[in-house]
Amino acid sequence: MRYYTYYPGCSMEATGAPVEESIKAIAKPLDMELIELEDWTCCGSSPFSGVDKVKAIGITARVLAQAEKTGLDLVTPCSSCYTILQEANDLIKEDHKLAEKVREALSAVGLTYNGTVKVRHIVEVLFNDIGPKGLAAKVVRPLTGLKVACYHGCQQVRPSYGHDDSELPDWLDQMAKSLGADPVDFPLKARCCGSSLVISESDVAIELINKLLQNARDHDAQCMVTTTCPLCHTALDVYQSAVNSKYKAGFKMPVLAITQLIAVALGLDYKQAALPGNVVSPKKLLAPYFASKPQAVPAETPTA
Amino acid sequence: MGDSVQTTTFLDEVASLPACDKINECIQCGVCSGSCTTATHWEYTPRKVIALVRAGMKDELLKSNSIWFCVSCYLCTARCPRDIKPASIMHGLESIALKEGYKPPTKTTTMYRTFSDSIVNNGRVYEFGFMFKYYLKTNPFAAIKMIPMALSLLTHKRMPLFAKKVKGTADLKTIINKLSAGGGR
Repeated sequence: MRYYTYYPGCSMEATGAPVEESIKAIAKPLDMELIELEDWTCCGSSPFSGVDKVKAIGITARVLAQAEKTGLDLVTPCSSCYTILQEANDLIKEDHKLAEKVREALSAVGLTYNGTVKVRHIVEVLFNDIGPKGLAAKVVRPLTGLKVACYHGCQQVRPSYGHDDSELPDWLDQMAKSLGADPVDFPLKARCCGSSLVISESDVAIELINKLLQNARDHDAQCMVTTTCPLCHTALDVYQSAVNSKYKAGFKMPVLAITQLIAVALGLDYKQAALPGNVVSPKKLLAPYFASKPQAVPAETPTA
Repeated sequence: MGDSVQTTTFLDEVASLPACDKINECIQCGVCSGSCTTATHWEYTPRKVIALVRAGMKDELLKSNSIWFCVSCYLCTARCPRDIKPASIMHGLESIALKEGYKPPTKTTTMYRTFSDSIVNNGRVYEFGFMFKYYLKTNPFAAIKMIPMALSLLTHKRMPLFAKKVKGTADLKTIINKLSAGGGR
């Protein structure tokens, strides 16, 4: 069993609910224990740094200080939280004047932060700690023939914390492949969905979402498989109807988070994979896979 | 913050913000503008934004819609040959504009404020409350247009109507107040 401190981030309690549910569903079969950080507060996200950069670091530092007490890696599925936590973590170490201000503010609430937390994205954890081979060994419902466009988005790979390629990443492709699926070429896989502007400048965001859906369709994808970021998933799934009304695009592209795809391949049922939460229903697309009986896991998996 | 602020240039003001200190190392190569996801919407592209900061043209820049279209995709930051972190500079500039009362032509300013208020008041972003308040403040009629989407989110169990009680909210307020007392930057 592997243990992690888990930081879901605010969106996972609302729009990201299906992604969150699928993460929790696959943790156990993958021998992962995600221990939710007690009494966590928001990371601040980019809007807070646009209101006050220093206070934003203070807000993020509370999360880091709480996490440090657990002694475990801090894992988040939200790409925005990931970048914000990483940036604050680096700044507190590099900028001594800032670190001093933050230290004082934290001490007012009885917290300290020594800079020892390792911040990780759950996609990176799935890729490096479990790995495509580890996933393949647990597949009981291979997704053979399913053409998927793997969408990594921005902040999982940029500004780049030394993991996947920041221009053309392929971790999701490798994992989807290990589940039996067939990742299509998808040039816009690391382009932005614009979700940070989807409320205040919705035309700009809808245009970006349209480009992504179009690119996936042009490359014959039957569905999109996204990073676990709740903002990416919501943009592509929930706002697809807005794209259709504006561009008369007629998209009916199911959008599964990678953790939902893993859940299906691991043999969980439709509900356990949190698929009823998806606005664009993947029911018809996945029906053939759910119709066939999950194969028994081989007792020995020599390839793993 | 002290009396010295009056003699500080715009460039110093920006460079003193977290992650903005390398602005002087910009070579105006334009990779940021060429990479920017939303550059076509900016009155001044990211490269020009940096040039305006260095030229001290604060009003021209902060009255424009530039910086507010930054979607934090970090293409500029990943590609910048001088490692100056343009995305962080954009958010730093946003915070100066808001603190000093500039009114650029975008609703993103209201969105940011409403979003941040939600964090301060609830400890976490309470999405339903945040969106509701945002539409009330900007355009209540737009909220009517959003009803089908809100219903879809509700029926898919993706939009709780009430905020969770977060114990840490009080601590968060204390941290924020401490950092105001010490001077925001």
